[in-house]
Amino acid sequence: MNLAEGVQVVSFGVLAFLVLGTALGVVLLSNIVYSAFLLGGVFISISGIYILLNADFVAAAQILVYVGAVNVLILFAIMLVNKKEDFSELPRRWIRKVATALVCVGLFALLSTMVLITPWAIAPQPEIPLANTIVTIGKHLFSDFLLPFEIASVLLLMAMVGAIILARRDFIPELAVEEPIATALTLPERPRELIKSEK
Amino acid sequence: MHLQLEYCLILAAALFCIGIYGLITSRNAVRVLMSIELLLNAVNLNLMGFSNFLDPVGIKGQVFAVFVITVAAAEAAVGLAIILAIYRNRDTIDMEQFNLLKW
Repeated sequence: MNLAEGVQVVSFGVLAFLVLGTALGVVLLSNIVYSAFLLGGVFISISGIYILLNADFVAAAQILVYVGAVNVLILFAIMLVNKKEDFSELPRRWIRKVATALVCVGLFALLSTMVLITPWAIAPQPEIPLANTIVTIGKHLFSDFLLPFEIASVLLLMAMVGAIILARRDFIPELAVEEPIATALTLPERPRELIKSEK
Repeated sequence: MHLQLEYCLILAAALFCIGIYGLITSRNAVRVLMSIELLLNAVNLNLMGFSNFLDPVGIKGQVFAVFVITVAAAEAAVGLAIILAIYRNRDTIDMEQFNLLKW
């Protein structure tokens, strides 16, 4: 990335503000459709951060897969289950919310202290950043990550079949009219008469 | 002052905590799925930060991020299908009423 360092820091700050703001909107807004569109905003801002981190291919994949597929899928799900329902009030619900918020803030404090006190083994940045990350990722995918790559394709197939089976409407057929089953277990020829054989 | 690894990691931690808060407190089942997507994106952000700052030549973190994106897409499809099936059976998407397995 050939930007000046100040520009990088400022754009990272703007993108981080966008990510956190839209993520809070996803979680806190009451209208689910606004949440779904703000989720698209989260994904796009995160792909901007990926571009700042010299990952152009993954940024493109992020926009294609998340904004193009997952977000649209969520919007379709909202359309399929859109029923205005007022959730019944639960007693002592605010205690749960406050407790969860406290736990999350504590987790964030723990994680940030861990991040700040750990001595990371920062590798020296190369003079020229990687010109073509797609070639490098492709080499990884077909040499040392070949087995996970194939397993991921099988996983996608299984997810597709499973989603179709789970979401399919089951038609319960009308009960078929009972037909008399004709001579299914009887032998076509009669056994020979014993009396005749005695004679 | 230049871009550092810690900024990425702290941003990812904040996103993860927001996702967990939404996962636990939201009552709409679709919003729970959105929170799971937020969690997966936070993990991806961590992977990209490590890939850029600790392994800038052989970018293995980006390969892992691609795999995480794959799994997230599969998870979203199956999760939404499950929510649709539950909605057809129980006629609600309130997480508090999905208590068939309680006690």
